[in-house]
Parts: sequence; C-alpha cells; structure tokens
Amino acid sequence: MTDAKILVPKKSDPLKTVYRIVNYGGLALLLVWGFLGIPYKGVMKTAEGTIHALVRGFLNPDLLYLGNMTIDGLPYAILETIAIAIAGTFVSAVISIPFALLASQNIVGPRVSKVGKFIVTMIRTFPELILALIFIGVVGPGAPAGILALGIHSIGMLGKLFSEAIESMDMGVKEALESCGANPFEVLFRAVLPQVSPELISYTLYRFEINMRAASTLGLVGAGGIGAPLIFAIRNRAWPRAAIIIIVLVVTVTIIDAISGRIRKKIV
Amino acid sequence: MERLIVPRPNHLRRNLIILTVVFLVVGSGWFAGFDFVQIFRNFIKGGRLLRRMFLPPAWSYAPKVVTPLIETLRMALVGTFWGALTALPVAVFAANNFIRNPYVNKPLRFILNIFRTIPAMVLASLFVAVFGTGPFSGVLALSVFTFGLISKLTYESIEAIDYGQVEALMSLGATKVNVLRYAILPQILPQFMSYTMYGFEVNVRAAAVLGYVGAGGIGQTFEHNLAWREFDKVGVIIVISFFVVLVIDLVSSRIRRSLV
Repeated sequence: MTDAKILVPKKSDPLKTVYRIVNYGGLALLLVWGFLGIPYKGVMKTAEGTIHALVRGFLNPDLLYLGNMTIDGLPYAILETIAIAIAGTFVSAVISIPFALLASQNIVGPRVSKVGKFIVTMIRTFPELILALIFIGVVGPGAPAGILALGIHSIGMLGKLFSEAIESMDMGVKEALESCGANPFEVLFRAVLPQVSPELISYTLYRFEINMRAASTLGLVGAGGIGAPLIFAIRNRAWPRAAIIIIVLVVTVTIIDAISGRIRKKIV
Repeated sequence: MERLIVPRPNHLRRNLIILTVVFLVVGSGWFAGFDFVQIFRNFIKGGRLLRRMFLPPAWSYAPKVVTPLIETLRMALVGTFWGALTALPVAVFAANNFIRNPYVNKPLRFILNIFRTIPAMVLASLFVAVFGTGPFSGVLALSVFTFGLISKLTYESIEAIDYGQVEALMSLGATKVNVLRYAILPQILPQFMSYTMYGFEVNVRAAAVLGYVGAGGIGQTFEHNLAWREFDKVGVIIVISFFVVLVIDLVSSRIRRSLV
C-alpha cells in the first residue's frame, strides 16, 4: 500500500447549492452595485503636497499648544472632553435602568418588553451628532449639549445590554422577596439591582470608553470638547497643531481604555 | 447566655470607590458647565427649533433625499467590504495562538489599538483634506474604521477557538496553511460574517453623518441645509434617514442572529 487515499464522500444537496448561489451571488451583486456608486475622481494634484505637510506636521507637533494651560490650550480641551464623556455616561447609565426594566421579559412580560426593546433600538439608531445639533438648538452651544447628546444616545446601547443582564439573572431572589410581600421598589433595589450591578458597572465602563471617542467628535458641531480645535486645525491645514491634538487624543483614549479595561476585568 | 456577634462588614473600600465616582461625576458636570436650572429654562425657550424642524417637515423635499441616501448605503457597503477583507489576514497574525511569537502579536495589536482610538469622523476629515470632498474619502475613512473594529473582534474569536482541532491536524503533520484552512477558518467564519454584518450596521450609521465634514452621503445634504438654516428640510432628512437606518439595523441583526 503506497499511496492510499481515504475519500469520504461528500453529500451533495442540490437545494443547498442553489441556496448558496443565491446568497453569494446576491452579495456579490450588492457589492458591485456599491462599487459603481463610488466615483474615483483620481487623487487631487495637491494630495502629495498635503501628505508631505501632514507627515511634517506629525514630526514637529505643536508643543506650544500642549503647554498652553489657559482655556484655549490643549489640556483644557482634553479635560473638557473627558468631563463630557464622564457626565454623559453617568446620565445615560441612570436613565438606562428604567428603559432596561421596560425591555426585560422577566420583569414586564413578553409583550411590553417588545415595545421597550423597540424604543431602545430606535434611540440607538439616532446619531449622537444630530442629537448634539438638536440639543445645541435647545440649550445653546457648549459642553452641556454634548453631555445631553451622549446621555440620550447611550441609552440605546446601555438599555439593551442592561436588559440582557436583567433577563439572565436568577429569578429566585425576586420571587422570594415577592412572596414575603415586598413592594416593587424593594424588589428592584434588593433583588434586581444588587444581582446585576457588576454587569451594569462593567457595561457602563465599556460605554464610557466609547463615549470618550464620541465626545472627541462632538465638538465638530459645537458641543464642546477637543473636536472643534481639531477640525479647525485640519480645515486650516495647520498640521503641527492637528498632529499634537491627534497624538494627545490617541494617548488619552489608550490610557483610559487600559484603566477601564482593567477595572472591568476585576468586576466580572 | 451566649451572644452571637456578627462582625460588621468593612465598607471602607466600597465607600471610597463610591466617593471617587461621585467626585468624578460632580467634578465633570461642574467643569463642563452643566447647570440644571439653566438647561431647564433653555429647554422651554428652545422648543422653537424642534417645531421648525418637525412641525411639519418639508415633505416635498423628500424625493431629493433619495440619491444621497443611496450614496450613503453604497459608501457603507464598500467601506465594510474593504475593512473586512483586510481585517481577516491581520487578525490571524494578531491572534496569539496561530503565530506564537509575541514580537509579532504585540506590536500588531498595538497598531490595531491606535487605529481604533481615532474616531471615524476624524479619519474622514483627514481623508477629505488629502483626497478632496466626496464619497471616496468617506469610503476610505469607513474602511480604516471597520478594519480596526473587525480585526479586534476577529482575533479575539480566533484566540477562543477549540484548539483540539488544531492539535489533531498538527499531530497528522499538517502545515500552518493547512491548520489555518481546515481548523481555524471554519471555526471563526460564522463569527467573522456576523462581525462584518455588525460592521455594516455601524457603518451605515457612521456614513450618515460623515458627510458633515464633506465625505459624501446624506450628511453632506444635511450640512448644506443646516448652513442655509432650512430647518424643515433638515427635519425631513433626519426622519427619512432615521427610518432607513432603523430598517437596516433590524434586518441585519435578524440575519446575524441566524448566523451564530
């Protein structure tokens, strides 16, 4: 026996093949359709110069701006961004709890929970940038508009994650309390929240990491934070300044991610 | 009579943590100038803008929203494609159970981390500065952003695979390529597809606002009308794109659930 081959016959299912062709073919067609809609106008003549200037900017970042401790300096803008992220995350974590309860099957029953889930999905779909624009119209430009925008938008994700945590909790404690005649608030604060609080805190921290990134773009529309100076620097092609802002942003977000990730690992 | 003494729990650590959190939250609110009274007062005043946007939106403008909206979807589609395509090979090298060399995994992860810290909006404005306004810059930004997102999720699932299959193949003398093809990829492909769908959902949402910095799609129309203070048209754009994104989200998450 020299070249023995073990062949396992493959089952062929014609229906499966058709199904596959339809799936992958459809996907391919969709992609072709997508590609046809993106005109490639060629790289601008100035692109090479811009890239050179960009690289030069990153090699000589604007350190003066980093050392500027006044209200126009980089440290203030970064602190404001962090403040928006923290306050926005806190606001949303608090508001998310009632939304999550409304979306949890084991608390309000299957029918109401479907409505609750849909509301949460709707909130998630609404972009935070547009929320920020609306809040700027309502409360005026500045960081408070950013906090409100993050606070509302984050309900979409936190509400969903919180409700999943609540749905997978041990119902025994709740039933035990109810059988002793506890009122709904006692059940909430003595049975539901204590059980899910590690997950709630972990998800909130995770959302804080996301909100840190979001807060850095909110300034684009005037809702405070580092976004406004960054977009001005890019529009004016002040590359050394844009470079220092991006570098500091990357470093800050990385540090916050590391701290938050470590806490999350400890909690759950 | 003997008395049972239950020692009082030591809450010092917990209380310190609570104190820190309260300090952080209150400090942030104060630093950002968050003033409940003033916000409440402005709320009553500021209802005007909402009324101009939504009561009623300029429905006659709706047909003009269709073209940029389709462009947005195309941007999301192409951006997701490039992002996912580049993410898969990089994820294989970043996973520490395929290439067992920390000098490869660690630097690669570090670079991927940096990719993920830069918001899509910032990427878009950089690409607009280099390549000019239009959907092409938007697609580039979305591709880079999706790459960062999907590569991280994918290398984490590669690290979580059932390693028994890999060992079984290796004990038969399989090469690295064979291991990848017959043990790793089959295990992670469903998850990878699911992440790609998720990336598409995120990208549709992102593409809708990228135009604000000139990267094409519905955001550009939005920014235009906002600049001209045509709030009733802005209202139409918000309402229509909201429903389109919502439908895509619902469909995509249903498909995702059937995948994994």
